Amino acid sequence: MVTIIDYGVGNLTSVLNMFKRIGAEAEVSSDKKTIEKATKLLLPGVGAYDTCVAKLKQSGLMDLLQKKVIDEGTPVLGVCVGMQLLFQGSDEGSLQGLGWIEGRVVKFNDLVFEMGLKVPHMGWADVLQKKNSQLMKEMYPDPRFYFVHSFHAQPANSEDILLEADYGYTFMAAVQKNHIAGVQFHPEKSHKYGMKLLENFAYHFK
Amino acid sequence: MKRIRVIPVLLIHDGGLVKSVQFKNYRYVGDPINTVKIFNEKEVDEIIVLDISATAQNRNPNLSLIKEIASEAFMPLAYGGGVKNLEEIKALISSGVEKVVINAAAIEQPYLIREAAEYVGSQSVVVSIDVKKNVLGKYRVVTHNSRKISNLNPVLFAKKMEEYGAGELFINAVDKDGTYRGYDLTLIKSITREVTIPVIACGGASVLEDFKKAIDYGASAVAAGSMFVFQRPHQAVLISYFSQQELKDKLYKL
Repeated sequence: MVTIIDYGVGNLTSVLNMFKRIGAEAEVSSDKKTIEKATKLLLPGVGAYDTCVAKLKQSGLMDLLQKKVIDEGTPVLGVCVGMQLLFQGSDEGSLQGLGWIEGRVVKFNDLVFEMGLKVPHMGWADVLQKKNSQLMKEMYPDPRFYFVHSFHAQPANSEDILLEADYGYTFMAAVQKNHIAGVQFHPEKSHKYGMKLLENFAYHFK
Repeated sequence: MKRIRVIPVLLIHDGGLVKSVQFKNYRYVGDPINTVKIFNEKEVDEIIVLDISATAQNRNPNLSLIKEIASEAFMPLAYGGGVKNLEEIKALISSGVEKVVINAAAIEQPYLIREAAEYVGSQSVVVSIDVKKNVLGKYRVVTHNSRKISNLNPVLFAKKMEEYGAGELFINAVDKDGTYRGYDLTLIKSITREVTIPVIACGGASVLEDFKKAIDYGASAVAAGSMFVFQRPHQAVLISYFSQQELKDKLYKL
């Protein structure tokens, strides 16, 4: 069972639709008792970094998430800003992230504009896999994913990088540090590639 | 390799899927859900669904139909048609739509764009601008399926919408719609050089080379209707999309 954390941010219907299609059990919850029992967590997030951090704090789930993920080792997948929250902070805001992975979130730099590209980066991009992961188990050839973002994460340790993509320059598209993973793209909107990744998260990720 | 979004636009009229020529002469194409399923199988980049009779009939978005479409769309889905207040925008987003397309309401109440951007984020707010030349040959913004012609200059209106927080602009050249005569490149250039947000070009696409031209004139993404639902020369209904290989070879810049 994948428990999608509802802390008042974003559209959770699409993620739930995708898990339904895969046939994996998933639920959306903001309830502490439910999340307490969760065996896998999906942390969504869209919009401004500080808004997401503030909403997560208001939800009263911060301590519980810390306990579940860090003390108990419950696998977690952050999606979009949910992935960015795994890091220590973001240039977009002043509030601290969860800090489970060392590094920060930065804005696309001027190189992108010099190449005539617009920010936000909105569209599909091919990814390059940097290490083995259950999330990429039996992935289809030439995987591509749908991105919408103006900021991207920069992990302090390059061994935490799972996938890279290009937009003007190479940036981290997915991160994984043991049982903690995150993707900048939207797997729930990335056809069979996203479906496979979520399926792997539901069935194989530990 | 930089990918470029190629977006089929589906028009819903009285519950069925139609295609127009210059925003008139609607021809029935098929069932919207089935068509979305086909586009899903073809792994299209994104899809824009516009209920073109909603505003004209003063009707709200048909949420049950939209939910059904969203549950079949494993790609980003944008919905437009009859969207006129924040409550509807919230309802659409929670129905599984990624982006809400706002057209007539953006002119009548531009603050809605700001409210929407604050609530759901700019990335989910697309302002659609339908443009037609008036009797003097000047570009003007039109609404209500091109039946209402405003005095608005599309370039100034586009800039205003960017300031209000629109995340993307969907520019539809009415005179080109359904004609297969290529995009209105002058119009595209006039807008893309004045705004920094992504512009989706629509209206007139016939062949893949048209996409390339629109991108060269500053569009960030390209949309089309007829070329994805009809097969030329006899205009038989055939839902189609380019293969990844065609897009890679002919469109994406290496």
